[in-house]
Amino acid sequence: MSASDVSLAPTPHQTVGPFFAFGLEYPDMHQVAHPHSDGAITLSGRLLDGAGAPVPDGVIEIFSATAGGEIPRERGSLRRDGLRFTGFGRAFTDDDGRYLFWTTEPAPTAAGGAAFFAVGVFARGLSARLATRIYVPGDADALASDPLLASLDQDEAATLTAVRTAEGHLVHDIRLQGERETVFLVF
Amino acid sequence: MATVPTVAPERAPAPDTVPTQADMSAAIARRHRELAALGDSAPATAVDFAPYRSSLLRHPTKNPRLADPEAVELHSPAFGEHDVAGVEADLTAHHTGEPQGERMTVTGTLMDGRGRPLRSQLVEVWQANASGRYVHQRDRHAAPLDPHFTGAGRIITDDQGRYSFTTIKPGAYPWRNHANAWRPAHIHFSVFGRAFLQRLVTQMYFPGDPMFPLDPIYNSIHRQADRDRLVAAYDHDANVPEFSIAYRFDIVVDGPDATWFERDGEPA
Ligand SMILES: [Fe+2]
Repeated sequence: MSASDVSLAPTPHQTVGPFFAFGLEYPDMHQVAHPHSDGAITLSGRLLDGAGAPVPDGVIEIFSATAGGEIPRERGSLRRDGLRFTGFGRAFTDDDGRYLFWTTEPAPTAAGGAAFFAVGVFARGLSARLATRIYVPGDADALASDPLLASLDQDEAATLTAVRTAEGHLVHDIRLQGERETVFLVF
Repeated sequence: MATVPTVAPERAPAPDTVPTQADMSAAIARRHRELAALGDSAPATAVDFAPYRSSLLRHPTKNPRLADPEAVELHSPAFGEHDVAGVEADLTAHHTGEPQGERMTVTGTLMDGRGRPLRSQLVEVWQANASGRYVHQRDRHAAPLDPHFTGAGRIITDDQGRYSFTTIKPGAYPWRNHANAWRPAHIHFSVFGRAFLQRLVTQMYFPGDPMFPLDPIYNSIHRQADRDRLVAAYDHDANVPEFSIAYRFDIVVDGPDATWFERDGEPA
């Protein structure tokens, strides 16, 4: 039996709890790209609960391709040097449930594909990480032919697609429950 | 020193109207039966687990959609030894003096579901001190802070996927989920796998804790075999004699599933 035939049950998830900040925080963790660098935009929004109230003790993580559609292989997500693009960012939600990243807009990793941020959501009261996506708006053909979005109805697809502001920034709320509940993913 | 403890809202004494432990234990047993009836389709950890009261408005109500992972989800942020200083793995060495508590080392292997070690991956840990108090402004548990203990550490796994850190054993602590609610002693873990979709945050517990059956968070995992995976093993032979006791805690991230093949044909 080779190693690849082994099948081990995964270690189960548990909530990140209320007191994660001192364990997970590091300098510039939300600055995937330096705010003054070329093409830097913000990706921001709110994390909301089933009553529409802000979730002030959540963690949002993103991982995305570069502006050229490459998968980042640069190390140094924990020691930002302001130059290397590692693709990974982490943001804590504030008292209004708001998260904010500085990053660059990802390009599709395959021709004709739709560009998106891979997203992980953690919070007190949330027993396991939730996986979702935030799609970049604009390329209607690519979004329409995306296999995941095409499998959803219009309202569901809207829960996965950011809105672009006049300044070129991306805005996207994540709703854990209720009306316009974000579509979460398993793979 | 102040003799009247300050109690934050989340740690305030529970009024009579809140559920008792007996109510909560019955609710846990009921929910476990419901989840068991779902068979294999029930996930290991239930986000819809009412006994954990903070979950009520924070869990999705729709089933998650099955998606084909794309390249960005099949890769993961790259970390390296330069990301973390060696001292970050010794939580007893972050201050000028020694913290109070039972000194211990926790060692384990981070691997995927095929048993392959995950090297150069980031492991983040955080915990309460020996008296069950967190270094967090919202934690006002009337137990002392330890000036020599913060309780956060980082490790990059080695070429065999191993991590190891030195710390002190955390204490149990009260919380406001129900009357007389206590969390069994635990260490929070955050790990990265080879793929971003393998991202895992969990908690490690200590063997034989009498609070296990009482705790809604531990029991948000309804199968005993899955809960057992969160309990470290006391590893007597790994003790450092006259210095520290040892626990072993291996971590397996989910997958790769046979269907997770990258576009270039490489399995994740
Ligand atoms: Fe905790």
